[in-house]
Amino acid sequence: MSEAGSETNVSNVAVFDTHPAEPIDAESPLAWSRQRGLVDAAGGSGQVSAIERPFLGHLILRGGAITLDEAVRAELGINLPGQPLGLNVDAEGSRSVQWLSPDEWLVIVPGGEEFALENRLRERLGDAHFAIVNVSGGQTLVELSGDKARDVLMKSVTYDVHSHGLPVGKAVGTVFAKTSINLRRPSEACFELVVRRSFADYCVRWLRDAGREYGVSVESPTS
Amino acid sequence: MSQNNRLSQGGRIDRSRVLTFTFNGQQYPGFAGDTLASALLANGVDVVNRSFKYSRPRGITAAGPEEPNAIVQLGASEAAQVPNVRATQQALYDGLVARSTNGWPNVQRDVMSWVGKLGGSFMPPGFYYKTFMAPASMWMTYEKFIRKGAGLGRSPAESDPDIYDHLNQHCDVLVIGAGPAGLTAALAAARAGARVILCDEQEEMGGSLLDSREVLEGASATEWVERVVAELADMESVTLLPRTTANGYHDHNFVTLHERCTEHLADTAADAGRAGEVRSRLHRVRAERVVLASGSHERPLVYANNDVPGNMVAGAISVYLRRYGVAPGQRLVLTTNNDHAYRTALDWKEAGREVVAVVDSRANPDGDRVKQVRDSGIRVITGSAVMEASGSQRVSGARVVAIDTTRFVVTGKIEELACDTIASSGGYSPVIHLASHTGKRPQWREDLLGFVPGEVKGMHFAGGVQAVYALGETLADGARAGGEAAKAAGFDQAEAITVPSVEACAESATSALYQVPHEKPTLRAPKQFVDLQNDVTAAGVELATREGFESIEHVKRYTALGFGTDQGKLGNINGMAIAARCLHRSIPEVGTTVFRPNYTPVSFGAIVGRHCGELFDPERYTALHQWHVENGAEFEDVGHWKRPWYFPRQVDGKTETMHDAVARECLAVRQGVGILDASTLGKIDIQGPDAREFLGRIYTNKWAKLAPGRVRYGLMCKDDGMLMDDGTTSCLAENHFLMTTTTGGAASVLEWLELWHQTEWPELQVYFNSVTDHFATMTVTGPEARKLMAEVTDIDLDREQFKFMDWKQGTVAGVPARVFRISFTGELAFEINVQANYALHVWKALFAHGEKYDLTPYGTETMHVLRAEKGLIIAGQDTDGSVTPEDLGMQWAVGYDKPFPWIGKRALTRPDTAREDRKQLVGLKPKDPKVVLEEGAQIVLDREQKIPMTMMGHVTSSYYSPVLESGFALAVLKGGRNRMGETVYLPMSDGTTHEAEVVNTVFFDPKWERQNV
Amino acid sequence: MFYIHCPYCGERREEEEFHPNGQAHLVRPADPDSVSDEEWGDYLFFRDNPRGIHHEMWVHRLGCRKFFNITRNTTTYEILETYPMGEQPTITAETAKVRHEQGVQTADGGWQTVGARPENSTLNEETPS
Ligand SMILES: [Zn+2]
Repeated sequence: MSEAGSETNVSNVAVFDTHPAEPIDAESPLAWSRQRGLVDAAGGSGQVSAIERPFLGHLILRGGAITLDEAVRAELGINLPGQPLGLNVDAEGSRSVQWLSPDEWLVIVPGGEEFALENRLRERLGDAHFAIVNVSGGQTLVELSGDKARDVLMKSVTYDVHSHGLPVGKAVGTVFAKTSINLRRPSEACFELVVRRSFADYCVRWLRDAGREYGVSVESPTS
Repeated sequence: MSQNNRLSQGGRIDRSRVLTFTFNGQQYPGFAGDTLASALLANGVDVVNRSFKYSRPRGITAAGPEEPNAIVQLGASEAAQVPNVRATQQALYDGLVARSTNGWPNVQRDVMSWVGKLGGSFMPPGFYYKTFMAPASMWMTYEKFIRKGAGLGRSPAESDPDIYDHLNQHCDVLVIGAGPAGLTAALAAARAGARVILCDEQEEMGGSLLDSREVLEGASATEWVERVVAELADMESVTLLPRTTANGYHDHNFVTLHERCTEHLADTAADAGRAGEVRSRLHRVRAERVVLASGSHERPLVYANNDVPGNMVAGAISVYLRRYGVAPGQRLVLTTNNDHAYRTALDWKEAGREVVAVVDSRANPDGDRVKQVRDSGIRVITGSAVMEASGSQRVSGARVVAIDTTRFVVTGKIEELACDTIASSGGYSPVIHLASHTGKRPQWREDLLGFVPGEVKGMHFAGGVQAVYALGETLADGARAGGEAAKAAGFDQAEAITVPSVEACAESATSALYQVPHEKPTLRAPKQFVDLQNDVTAAGVELATREGFESIEHVKRYTALGFGTDQGKLGNINGMAIAARCLHRSIPEVGTTVFRPNYTPVSFGAIVGRHCGELFDPERYTALHQWHVENGAEFEDVGHWKRPWYFPRQVDGKTETMHDAVARECLAVRQGVGILDASTLGKIDIQGPDAREFLGRIYTNKWAKLAPGRVRYGLMCKDDGMLMDDGTTSCLAENHFLMTTTTGGAASVLEWLELWHQTEWPELQVYFNSVTDHFATMTVTGPEARKLMAEVTDIDLDREQFKFMDWKQGTVAGVPARVFRISFTGELAFEINVQANYALHVWKALFAHGEKYDLTPYGTETMHVLRAEKGLIIAGQDTDGSVTPEDLGMQWAVGYDKPFPWIGKRALTRPDTAREDRKQLVGLKPKDPKVVLEEGAQIVLDREQKIPMTMMGHVTSSYYSPVLESGFALAVLKGGRNRMGETVYLPMSDGTTHEAEVVNTVFFDPKWERQNV
Repeated sequence: MFYIHCPYCGERREEEEFHPNGQAHLVRPADPDSVSDEEWGDYLFFRDNPRGIHHEMWVHRLGCRKFFNITRNTTTYEILETYPMGEQPTITAETAKVRHEQGVQTADGGWQTVGARPENSTLNEETPS
């Protein structure tokens, strides 16, 4: 394991632990939305609830499924989704692997785990042709739940969000309003939106507007 | 006023709920369940509009979306104005306020009526084109008066208080129309297990069954409707959308439905006590299969003065009688060419009113309904038709005559029947609109006297839309279509549904009659209207054919037939039949008719949905946005990004001007230290053993020897040799690079890399991923930059250790960072990348330490001035897709001898790209230092030359430079590099001409010493 | 609004997720320096514009970011097949059955399909109604 902020060199690639050694206040992509009053106190009473899960570790894995599958299972305890649009989540629901394209997966783990995981995967994958890219600062995860969550999504994405189109264990990259997101169905109870940082405020404003008739709350824990 | 025309009983209205509404300033009562049209008829309002061209009085003609006359302006308040509402489709609500769309200043007596009096000789078809189009410049003046006089409705002058919505729907079977065919289709599909959406444009489902005389399974038609709708409503897989018009059918079974959510309740959702709810909603439905069960519209017959109020389509009269309990007159003459219309005579008689006669164009009609009418004692005149209506503000009589339809002549003596209402029926036109929206031509069926839809992939037809009219057959046809649609959508276990039994009714054949011959030739007969909304007459159509228009498409454009808000739903077929008769051809030979979306007008609100106001377009923010706002930045839109443009300060209680702020920011960078949020630059992580090879192919310059820790500027061309993007790429490790792109190029460059990798060089082992959002980027630049950086970083900043075009990893303000010594200002500069979540911390720390250096935040405008002073281009501003690296004088960034034929190389030797006199990038120095040339200004060599002058190039970037104390510009100029020192001229639109000297593109620090300090 | 089957995602998606990238099966000359200016110009600028069956490259821009090909009828807008990069279409305008079913006609002076040239004039003769 390397020291925070230092550089290791595996497979001629420069890995980079972006977390400071000493704790420093971080700002989630919804910090500005909170500042302008678009984030509510916890425990909204509406029929739609959007909760940001900030500061998670997001890694993009690139490579062939055969190359990556064993390493991911060994290091993460999760199978690489075998089918397109698959989403596999661990028993605790805190780690997941999502199919993005035939040679691309999104791994989400608790914040702070990502750098160690990247190093372990790199070590295990050795000289194979693959890439791992840390994108934790570039996106955030928003959980959408409530009786009218599906209705709000129907106003926002053209994808079929009915259980026929998006059953549990499925995730799709698609258009959300006038931007794009990854829309995931980890469980019956909720949808997950993986939102790009720079579009996060727009997505929240959109959700608030689209959910207005049902009552909607947006929460974002600050740590 | 009381409702004189209201029957004492009957109809589907709620007589216990009286609603008050206002039409043209007069208050009237109506009942819940009325449409505006039925309430107007109940109150005996004959004239609802003035006609478009001749300003003739017009009354309600139909009962549905085909209504051409009763087009009103709705809304009590200015903000709630809705133009072009069909009174026949608008549910009545308490407090409804409507005005005639046409007929300024009032519908009864109208300043435009002189036009009508002058009549045909003054306004022949083609009148607008012939009279007002020349001179073209006067059209604006004419148009103002014509539009005001004619009226096309007006949009509200205030902002709409309501909200609108889109809903994306998916289903297995979308059934359009909930009449008999639609209901059985939905039932069959739903019972088979399909996800079904059933939509219908009316206030309640049932379609023609709501005014039917027929009996289904021993019950009234409406009872059967209620049963079926209840069953469908109970099924979880069924979505029922009443009050929802299918307006557009698009490729691959994409259908737009317009649902009126609160429009039937009040002017606004708030007025309806439903504040915050949606006024109307656009459903965007992707259907596996579509069942089109849109039914048919009854065609009126074309006869003289057929537009006088009191002339109505026969079926509409039955609708008003049976659904609304309204008899829109006392004495009826029915003129028809078919059996079905006879029901209107029966309905009228049962309402206790007098049927003067049924006039049938057929010689020997003998169907069951005909017998029923005869048996009830009604006079039936055969082989005849109503040739002309009498009356001006209301029908006073019908002139009936025997006719020969084949020779198109009258054959007997005219009989004048006194009446106040003429019902006409010329047969039925299937509502094929949606089937033709994607361009499929309908087919004329002479046996059915109508157009039926052409084959449309994924669409099934049921009932009237394919000219299946008898109720029993319609119900069965719907069940068949619904079952087939479900099966095609993958539900092959479909059980056949039992269709209710209907008593058979023998019918005699309909005869082909469209225009009734008149005793006078068409051109001299009183007006026989074909298209009531656009005042197109039979004479107009005939004249068009005489003037040489032989295709219906040309006739339509010449006469405006079918160009109204009703799309000619009533008139088109009659117009085609008349054109065909005049041209001695068959209807299909004259052409078919194709309709376009939308079927009925859709409000802009519904089209826009939530994409308005601050949600009109996404706004992208960097991680530092909050700081920029708090520090008074003015913002510039760069793509979707909000970038600080400049940071005006408060000086002596006043806000700095942009000019002053930018000058201050520029000098701060040149003399002290400034900081820029450069997070919007595209950043692409490139990994793989072939990353270096790939860069060599995609960039024009060389990458083989760039060592880890080093950075290089690269140019990217398309294969036509024209610059598409530029930026620096850093070697992070042997197989690992970080590419930067322009802000606008971030997404397109990534896709460009993928394109080449996926399509041409899949064998190269390399992956590309965007890290634009992951890293925040801050540029610290200026002579004091090193001192400031030294206070916050653990990186060795020694100029020998950390050279220009090096990058280092370390911490900045305790946060792990990659720092790049690259410069876009020409000054010493450090570009810092940190994970975006920590960006604000680092930025604030820099300011905490930067106070003593007067660290100055600067925006994009200062960035532009500083880079332009150094002759550094911006791809997309100084280039436009027609500029090569050589045009830019950047041969130093072209690896002519690289082994692989990189993208853009071959094109550079094509004769046109190798021309000596191509436009080349130069500097321009205005002779008058106070002048800042206009970007885009054209360059000429001879200021005295007459227009058109020989244009030699144009200004691409132009600013005022505080260090030069002068305006300066970059420009592209033909053969520019050989014109150094020459004087060129820039003529401006105000008549002045600027002089400028052609100079080198580097205006400041030509030896590039400052960035290397 | 097309509904396009992405061969990588394995299902149909709305057109707004995609972006067209012009004619499919264009091959960059392996050795650009050895081709004439005219040939290079052909590669860069000249494209078929058939009335009927056309093969186009699209990218699933807002989905899996992969490029793929579409066989599409340019008059009916029907998409007949989609297939990944590196594969060849199974449906072409040369197939008589396809010509009939798709009602393919040739426009004056227009070539029906990719690679069709005047010397292949037989392709342009019959015009089934
Ligand atoms: Zn895809």
